[in-house]
Amino acid sequence: MVSKKKKKYSSGEGAQFMTRKAALKKLQLSLKDFRRICILKGIYPREPRNRKRAQKGAGGIKTLYHTKDIKFLLHEPIIWKLRELKVYQQKIRRARAMREYKQMKKYLRDHPQINIDHIVKERYPTFVDALRDLDDCLTLCFLFSTFPSLKKVPRDQSMLCRRLTVEFMHAVIAAKALRKVFVSIKGYYYQVELEGQTITWIVPHHFSFQPQSKDEVDFKIMSTFVDFYTMMLGFVNFKLYHSLNLVYPPKLTAAFSADTDKDLIDEHVYVAERIAAMNMSLSKVAGANEAEDLPEIDIFNTEDEDPQKLEEAKLEAEKVKKLKTMFKGLKFFINREVPREPLVFIIRCFGGEVSWDRDHFVGATFDESDESIAYHIVDRPSMDKQYLSRYYVQPQWVFDSVNARTLLPINQYLMGAVLPPHLSPFVDKTKDQVYIPPEERALNDPDFKPLDGNESGTDIEEASDEDKDDEEEEDSEEDGDAEAALAKQYQQEVEEDSTSDEDDSVDPEKKKLAKEKKKAMAVTAGVPHKEHPYQKEIEDKQAFRLREKLVRKKHRNLYKSMKAGQEKRKKEIWLLRKKRRLHDEKVKEEKKVEKRKQKVQALEASA
Amino acid sequence: MPPFRSGLLKRKSSNKESNSSDSEKVPDQSDEGSGDEELIQGALNGEDDATDSEHEEESGAASDQEQDAVLFDDSADSTFGDDEQVDNDSEGSSDLTDSEEESGDENDGSSETDEESVDSGAESGAVQTPSGVSDASDTEKKDTKQKPRKTRQAKPKSETTEASIDRLADTIGKASVKTQPVEKKDEYESGDTSDEEDRRTTVGDVPMWWYNEYPHVGYDLDARQVLRPPQRDHIDDFLKKCEDPDFWRTVRDPNTGQDVVLSKQDLELIRRLREGHVPDPTHDEYQPWVEWFSREVLATPLRAFPEHKRSFLPSRSEQQQIGRIVHALKMGWTKTRKQLAEERRKKREKQFYNLWGSSEADPAQRGLQRHIPAPRRALPGHAESYNPPPEYLLDKQEMKEWDKLSETPWKRKYTFLPTRHSSLRAVPAYERYTRERFLRCLDLYLAPRAIKMRLTITADDLVPKLPSPRDLQPFPTTEVLQFKGHTELVRSVDFDPTGQYIVSGGDDGTVRVWECSSGRCLRTLRAGAGAGAGVARVGWAPSAALALVAAAAGRALLLLAPGAPAVAARLAERTDRLLEAAPPQHDVTVDERTSSCAQWQHVAPEQWAQGVRISIQHFKPITHLAWHARGDYVCVTLAEAASRAVVVHQLSRRRSQLPFSRNKGLVQCALFHPTRPQLFVATQRVVRVYDLVKQELVRKLLTGAQWISNMAVHPGGDNLLVSSYDRKCIWFDLELSSKPYQTLRLHGGAVRSVAFHRRYPLFASAGDDDKIVVSHGMVYNDLLQNPLLVPLKQLRAGGRRSELCVLDLRWHPAQAWLLAACADHTLRLYA
Repeated sequence: MVSKKKKKYSSGEGAQFMTRKAALKKLQLSLKDFRRICILKGIYPREPRNRKRAQKGAGGIKTLYHTKDIKFLLHEPIIWKLRELKVYQQKIRRARAMREYKQMKKYLRDHPQINIDHIVKERYPTFVDALRDLDDCLTLCFLFSTFPSLKKVPRDQSMLCRRLTVEFMHAVIAAKALRKVFVSIKGYYYQVELEGQTITWIVPHHFSFQPQSKDEVDFKIMSTFVDFYTMMLGFVNFKLYHSLNLVYPPKLTAAFSADTDKDLIDEHVYVAERIAAMNMSLSKVAGANEAEDLPEIDIFNTEDEDPQKLEEAKLEAEKVKKLKTMFKGLKFFINREVPREPLVFIIRCFGGEVSWDRDHFVGATFDESDESIAYHIVDRPSMDKQYLSRYYVQPQWVFDSVNARTLLPINQYLMGAVLPPHLSPFVDKTKDQVYIPPEERALNDPDFKPLDGNESGTDIEEASDEDKDDEEEEDSEEDGDAEAALAKQYQQEVEEDSTSDEDDSVDPEKKKLAKEKKKAMAVTAGVPHKEHPYQKEIEDKQAFRLREKLVRKKHRNLYKSMKAGQEKRKKEIWLLRKKRRLHDEKVKEEKKVEKRKQKVQALEASA
Repeated sequence: MPPFRSGLLKRKSSNKESNSSDSEKVPDQSDEGSGDEELIQGALNGEDDATDSEHEEESGAASDQEQDAVLFDDSADSTFGDDEQVDNDSEGSSDLTDSEEESGDENDGSSETDEESVDSGAESGAVQTPSGVSDASDTEKKDTKQKPRKTRQAKPKSETTEASIDRLADTIGKASVKTQPVEKKDEYESGDTSDEEDRRTTVGDVPMWWYNEYPHVGYDLDARQVLRPPQRDHIDDFLKKCEDPDFWRTVRDPNTGQDVVLSKQDLELIRRLREGHVPDPTHDEYQPWVEWFSREVLATPLRAFPEHKRSFLPSRSEQQQIGRIVHALKMGWTKTRKQLAEERRKKREKQFYNLWGSSEADPAQRGLQRHIPAPRRALPGHAESYNPPPEYLLDKQEMKEWDKLSETPWKRKYTFLPTRHSSLRAVPAYERYTRERFLRCLDLYLAPRAIKMRLTITADDLVPKLPSPRDLQPFPTTEVLQFKGHTELVRSVDFDPTGQYIVSGGDDGTVRVWECSSGRCLRTLRAGAGAGAGVARVGWAPSAALALVAAAAGRALLLLAPGAPAVAARLAERTDRLLEAAPPQHDVTVDERTSSCAQWQHVAPEQWAQGVRISIQHFKPITHLAWHARGDYVCVTLAEAASRAVVVHQLSRRRSQLPFSRNKGLVQCALFHPTRPQLFVATQRVVRVYDLVKQELVRKLLTGAQWISNMAVHPGGDNLLVSSYDRKCIWFDLELSSKPYQTLRLHGGAVRSVAFHRRYPLFASAGDDDKIVVSHGMVYNDLLQNPLLVPLKQLRAGGRRSELCVLDLRWHPAQAWLLAACADHTLRLYA
């Protein structure tokens, strides 16, 4: 008997993947519903190892899903809900067509909603999983909280987003979890650390909503995402509040102030507004432990970790602890023109007290006239009435201070001053081949002098500095400053060595011979043999070049491409350095001209 | 009750009372009329009615007045008329159009009675309807038609009882004033009595023919007979027709039998009815509508009659119904709309709870297999700052490039244009923000995901970690000496076993002996003079007991004595002695194949004087030669010699051997194993190792090279280095495998020569690029440890001549000195 011939693509990669069309057919869903369920369930196409085989021999590029994923969807109860929803839509459509508006209205009123709690749990089995995936969720929710009601975005969705984001920010304030902030041209970046997970999100600048053409943005898709994200964020909020011993639908601790003796028309709205102001702490669960500062991190000498790493971790923990109470006891006043919400959020995260003009927004706690205000944040060139007891700083000072983890000196950030560049805290400094702007270098080591010094007396020094820099650029661009400095030191040592005993050269016999000869002839003053200062490096480089040839054939292309990447980055850094240098020179020149002009003017005035 | 209905009802009632009371009708009139005007009308009812005769129904008094006027005429007529005529007239009046024709028709009693009964029925029906005529504007025409007849019906009666009616009117007028409140009360109680209102005779409800025989018709209040009006016959009629100018408009009241002359107004009314107009000429069909029953609360009620008790008392059944609903609400069985809406809102509101609980999730929860989490978005760099360092802003040239790439924005350096804002308040909203978020959403659900291993290594990690060359000294680092003397390129060099002397051979056909330390040329031997070819290879006999140099000059292999100044005289002498006497002819006969390949020739004395000790002629040019370690055997490789490419010569017995009988390929070179009786033969691509004792192939080494150029055996004998023309040096660890242990690509051109140092773990390779590479090649005694190969130094070789650079390499036997035979006619010594 002849055994049955195995069909092609019935096993292996061909059976593992399924095109989208096949998936639609299998699930008996329309594309719209399929899209929705994919978004809700987090199903995504997969890239096959071998596309030809995965597409069962078909050409072109198709969207491929894992067959197992589709089978997984097949058991989802929501699919049935979607089908019922389809029937319901038909009912509504029919009622409209039959002009039974009353019925239609009723249908619309009782429109069924899909409950997706179980999906949140399913997609994120643990809380930490959910936190890990919170970046997109927060970014989208913060965006939607600024949206007006649109055709595809119901009003209550954006309201819910607003509520949840405010709740989340409160949780961050309570947990003091904010670590980094950054003002970009796109919006405000925040980075928090919750349960050991770093979460980064963006909040757009004011008036972020702009009408979008249909082919640019499909709000329906975003709305579906937000449907899921609000659910997820709600549960995350609940859990966060729970772990922080806060009452979940947040409530204010402070009693209503005196001016609220009259009846509140809507207490709910009143409280919600105060909560959104983020200026008051939320009420805790009764009987919760007040003292919940984290215990000191005990460092155990585990064998696998080297002590240096532990030391670093300890330092980092210390720094973070300091950061958490950076603004503690300081009173801030926010002027009208300054974006209120980001600043209040940041200042409160680090323990500061903050207030603003009473007419500006609800929830102000003290007036501008309060003498104990330490910092007044203004974003205008000048002010009529100024108090002597406080500093008038620009908002960038707050952001930069947070990133620097100390209160920066305010002299560069005073009202009306030209601000220093605002640097991103997200650049990974541990990586090599990263361009570090001089401002940041100055921040890291206080000895470093930025090139655009303000004093004219230090011109010469600067020049020498520059020269040194250039040298460094030439020989060791890819290394950090420390390495460069070390290399330099070593070179010098080598030089000294070589000058001290130049006789230790390559073939001693010959030299000796020659010396004897010379001695026999005459005694002349010895000329110190000057070894090439980079001799050693050249040798090393040569040796390295030889070793490079021993890279295995398997890795050769990879090595080449890596090298090419290194070269590219090197070039970029070089370009940035050059641009900076040119810019600085230009600025200096301008300053000189300015000074000369002033001098001339002064002379003229005196004459 | 809807307003129009109430209006109807009220009209009815007013009609009932039309004779008796004026004041009653005031609201009615105001009802039909418009605004203030009507109200005034109501107040001045009497005068109004006097002028307007057609408002008979509305105002009983007015109609009475008019009737009075008519009565005069009728009374005059009544003298002629008889009872019969009345009926006829009445008949005619019922059908006004043909009253004249029918006047001639005299009816018999029975028919008359029929008519009467019908009429009365019609009247009773009509009684109600006329009320609607004047009241509502949209009453039927049929009703309006009947109205005039009804009015006429009223007239005869008033005529006959003029005095009584006057009185009656007076009494009614008084009574109406008096009884108004009372009447109002039982207006609805009394029921519908409208069928009595037009009865002006006192006969009661009996057929009129009962009175046919009597001169009177009923009795008045004082019980006197009411005389019948005079009846007329046809002649009277005719006469009257001739005489009376008003005859055409005289009709007979069937009830009373009186003649009634229609007034001008009546005629007008009839005309209007015929034409289908509203009978009232003053009626304005299009007068403005006044919303009487509006939500506005008026100071005075519109309706003058009291509400029914029912309207004050709560309905019992409704009360019960409400009670049931209230109970249901109380019990929570039903809910109010507000509650329902609230519930609906609550249901719609998302409820959050502790989803994750306190326990850890079971790992089987997640259904998605091999989940690949979406990669996070890249974090922003300095360029994205609202106030970036100046170097990140694009300068003019970069801007130009930026603009040029507007069609292909993905090729740009940044996805955004770095911009500097002087202060935070100047930062606008980012235009593409929503779009970017949308694209991220698309990525999340639409982009195919795959796990890609990211390299965590740096490029330097790929470079093997090797000890620093500084730790592996000594090795030659610089060029020390150049040996000049050759006039053509130097093909081959070799050290003598002590390392004091160097022998070299080149294309100029000379073999030169040099002193190593001084670089002096001690002796020059013309080897290839006879053959006319250069010296391809030279080799100093490795045995310390012999002072002999082998030189391959063309087809001849010459064994030369390097000469007295070069070598200690005693050694040279001994060697000479050894070679002088030819050994005894050995018993083994040399076969034809070997003898035709290599022939040992007798050395002529003059040749002997030149230094040639032995000469062996081959049938093909020699490409390579190698000494056995003991110095007794020389292995020669011949070019294009097929199976006879390798020839082994034994000096002691002056014998040649052909180890191979079959062609195994193009033999490049052949070497002896330093200790074991083995022979390495390199063909174009493989190296074969033969055991010379057992005469068998030991192993075959696959080099992977395209064309082998040379090879060298490690002094230990277990490692082999093969060089190839395709730029490779291939290290074989014979203990390990027959595949290369390592392939070194250290050269940019073909590698022509490799050499092992005899004492130090060094080897060198050189070829067509101008670099000699000295490497460390450590072989350990421990079998488990693989050899360590470290390239140490690149030495600059001499200048290249026509693609050739270095042709041969040799190490000094004791020192870490390297000797290279260069194409620029020199030998170079590196130390």
